Amino acid sequence: MKLERKEFIKGIIKENPTFVLALGLCPTLAVSTAMSNGLGMGIAATFVLLGSNIFISLIKNIVPDRIRIPCYIVVIATFVTITELFMKAYSPALNRALGIYVPLIVVNCMVLGRAEAYASKSSVKNSIMDALGMGLGFTLALLLISGIREILGLGTFFGYKIIKSYEPMFIFALPSGALLVIGLLMSLFGLLKNKKT
Amino acid sequence: MSIGQFLSIFISAVFVYNVILSRFLGLCSFVAISKETKPALAMSLAVMFVTTMSSIITWFIYRFLLIPFNITYLRTIAFILVIASFVQLVEMIIKKISPPLYRFFGIYLPLITVNCAVLGVAVLNIDMFFVNGKAIEGSFYYSVFQGICVGLGYTIAMLLMSGIRERLDFCSVPKCVKEFPLAFIIASIMSMSFMGFNGFKF
Repeated sequence: MKLERKEFIKGIIKENPTFVLALGLCPTLAVSTAMSNGLGMGIAATFVLLGSNIFISLIKNIVPDRIRIPCYIVVIATFVTITELFMKAYSPALNRALGIYVPLIVVNCMVLGRAEAYASKSSVKNSIMDALGMGLGFTLALLLISGIREILGLGTFFGYKIIKSYEPMFIFALPSGALLVIGLLMSLFGLLKNKKT
Repeated sequence: MSIGQFLSIFISAVFVYNVILSRFLGLCSFVAISKETKPALAMSLAVMFVTTMSSIITWFIYRFLLIPFNITYLRTIAFILVIASFVQLVEMIIKKISPPLYRFFGIYLPLITVNCAVLGVAVLNIDMFFVNGKAIEGSFYYSVFQGICVGLGYTIAMLLMSGIRERLDFCSVPKCVKEFPLAFIIASIMSMSFMGFNGFKF
């Protein structure tokens, strides 16, 4: 039980997929304009990660080594398609907001990276824990980035206005603001890590 | 089909909605490979070739396979499979006919499979040039042209970035900012300057 807890917790800070491993940055930056989008993307990616991790750790002994990457990609793409159809049916507004970044979860390096580096070598139980931890780390990172960008750039929190008289700095809602926020957050993480060791 | 349409695709794909600085596609390769100019150029050329070719291939797949059989919801799986096998094929061909070129591209070619820019262009083409499941007039030419332009935008951003980072090697920066964080902060400033192209219209 202790080991599983460790697998779960490592994804949140120590091996945070966004800030430490620098995986899956494209969707992180693109959809983090508002917190609701960030949350939606986080949940979608977590679902795909969970599904693909379980499936890949189940088939890891059947798949020949040389064609494993295409096999993994097909598995991931299947789960992405499920997510996309689900989102279209139950939350069309979110689907419109996330746009092409939903199908692009397929090429999110985080999902393939975990499949290759972790799920293809570990038991199903550990893979589930790993997927949940990584997914949570990814979602938290997305919420952090989109929170900063939404509060500074639009002056709202999950769509609710916080301070009436605040004049938003719109640059944070634009692409360059996203790059700036992630650059600064990454250096902050680096600073904290250096302090610890 | 008109010249104006082509021009607006060009301006929007290369400058206004630059694939890296505004759409954030292919960001991983952008920060990982832009340390020096030569590998950056190799990667950009490879990406440009693959985006162009995959625009052509995915257009045919979508138009003549997915639409007639009414399975457009399978586009993600179909596209990624086609792109992955296409990249693999190109790699094998280059290895066979031109070893120097193969060495020039090195590991960058296989990496393109998971470059979001390639799948991104394919999906974008479908979203932009197919209306209600029907190809608009000239959509094939627009798709191919957009594939080229996106590759061009990638190249421009990559070259600018690698040039800046080569010079930054000689500066002393705080340890925690080195590498990735610095690259993102530079990219942010570049993206700000690319915003100046906003409002270009034809």
